[in-house]
Amino acid sequence: MFWDEELETISQNKLKELQLKRLRDTIGRVYFNVPFYHKKFKEINIKPDDIKSVDDISKLPFTTRQDILDNYPTGLLAVSRDEMVRVHTSSGTTGKPKAIFFTKNDIDRAADLIARCLVMTGMRKNDVLQNMMTYGLFTGALVMHYGAEKVGILIVPAGPGNTERQILLMKDFKTTALHITPSYALYLAEYIKSKGIDPTKDLYLKRAYLGAEPYSEETRRKIEDIFGIDVYNSYGLSEMNGPGVAFECEYKEGMHTWEDNFVVEVIDPDTGEVLPDGQKGELVFTTLQREGMPLIRYRTRDISRIIPERCPCGRTHRRIERIFGRSDDMFIVKGVNIFPQQIENVLMSIKGVAMNYQIVLESLDNMIVRVEIAKDLFDGNVMHLVNLQNRITEELRKEILVKPKVELLEPGTLPVSEGKAKRVIDNRTL
Amino acid sequence: MKVKQISIFLENKKGHLLEVVDALGKAGVNIRALSIADTSEFGILRIIVPDPDSAKKALKKGGFTFNENDVIAVGVSDRPGGLAAALKILSENDINVEYLYAFVTKSEERAVVVLKTDDLDKSIKALKKSGISILQPKEVYSL
Repeated sequence: MFWDEELETISQNKLKELQLKRLRDTIGRVYFNVPFYHKKFKEINIKPDDIKSVDDISKLPFTTRQDILDNYPTGLLAVSRDEMVRVHTSSGTTGKPKAIFFTKNDIDRAADLIARCLVMTGMRKNDVLQNMMTYGLFTGALVMHYGAEKVGILIVPAGPGNTERQILLMKDFKTTALHITPSYALYLAEYIKSKGIDPTKDLYLKRAYLGAEPYSEETRRKIEDIFGIDVYNSYGLSEMNGPGVAFECEYKEGMHTWEDNFVVEVIDPDTGEVLPDGQKGELVFTTLQREGMPLIRYRTRDISRIIPERCPCGRTHRRIERIFGRSDDMFIVKGVNIFPQQIENVLMSIKGVAMNYQIVLESLDNMIVRVEIAKDLFDGNVMHLVNLQNRITEELRKEILVKPKVELLEPGTLPVSEGKAKRVIDNRTL
Repeated sequence: MKVKQISIFLENKKGHLLEVVDALGKAGVNIRALSIADTSEFGILRIIVPDPDSAKKALKKGGFTFNENDVIAVGVSDRPGGLAAALKILSENDINVEYLYAFVTKSEERAVVVLKTDDLDKSIKALKKSGISILQPKEVYSL
């Protein structure tokens, strides 16, 4: 089933035409209305009329995160501030956040894309979505909320935390879907288990949408198994509305990027060159429908690739592969690039390991992986624990090529996150 | 013939052993025998208590990670070579001892050793046959 069948299954040719029309329109608006872009285009002597095909987009300059920060708060607006109805910010670790503004139409379009995603993954009017994301400056909860409302889904705006109450709401309102961070989903799973609740019998869940933090394929499978539900990968970032930029369909093989709303490119992060479909590189997005704060060739720092093959679901919008890593999350130990997801993948595949873990960076050459042992697998045998520790060390070494120090912890030792999990603790003074 | 033993996972952090022992003490659990096995990273505390169920309850309440299993308690004469006699029998019967530790007893003439082997039933049979005394659980808990 489709939310917008005509646009979701539009022919590739027509999609290109539509993209070009919208791209030219967007470029015209930023050129004349946003001084930052006007200056940037002038510097390389580009005029809106020079864009004659979608591929000509590669002539345009990139927008970086720093550009958004430099123009904080309202420097990148393409229409008057008075037309804006909402501002979201994206967490900056230091100093000022990135501010993203929305007009009324922008909100409506973002919601419409979410509606496509929800219907695509089986949600209908009679479903109940428990939204466990933080309502506030962060885009996740609110953008999802508006999209679900558009479909006519009953929303339980629970926000994160207070696990006991979450379970009560899930039971009493017969929640069929969760919007949740992966770390909280894992915690919820353990909690439910400890209370003797059988999610497949005592709850009504059918699916979950994970977001806000990267997670591994193993984690997805684990959550699917424990709750007996489908989990759909999705991709989004505040700079591009938040959730709903790309979403998996029922086939769960890559995420459809809504190309009538975004031009997606994959570039070589070092040279900035556009890479052919199928090749791994940094995702770059251009908004095609945004009024308030259009962004041209925004560098996401997320690593993925475009899957050019047609999807059996009938949607023509090309898919991107699950994010391999966010280049920001990457850290280097002994000169090797490591993504936290690689570590999570290994840990989640080992029996005897609970779901919480932490990576501690001690120096350029030393990292500690702190792992909670699974309570029900503890049998009092020292050798079994030593073997587990050795096995984790060895499996990690195979995956990341660096031998970490592995510490076994008692379940419940590590801080439980009910929002965004902090998995990497950096104690290095560089 | 088998005695219940509780093993508790000890993470390598300051004060952890105290927390465990304190939780047991507050629950009125008297520890009859104990041993700690450790590596540089973590340890396992093994205890024998008169009332394993209330100990488990207290540990569960304290959020500790633990496990209950069977061991045997062997009475050996308290003189040089006493333990060797028991171990020799096990060795002759091809039984591996995984670990052992001694009991604190008030009696002078015999020492009680807690034994975990890879085959408890076979151990009991072999030891009994050789006339080595194996303590009944009731005896052990009330030592």
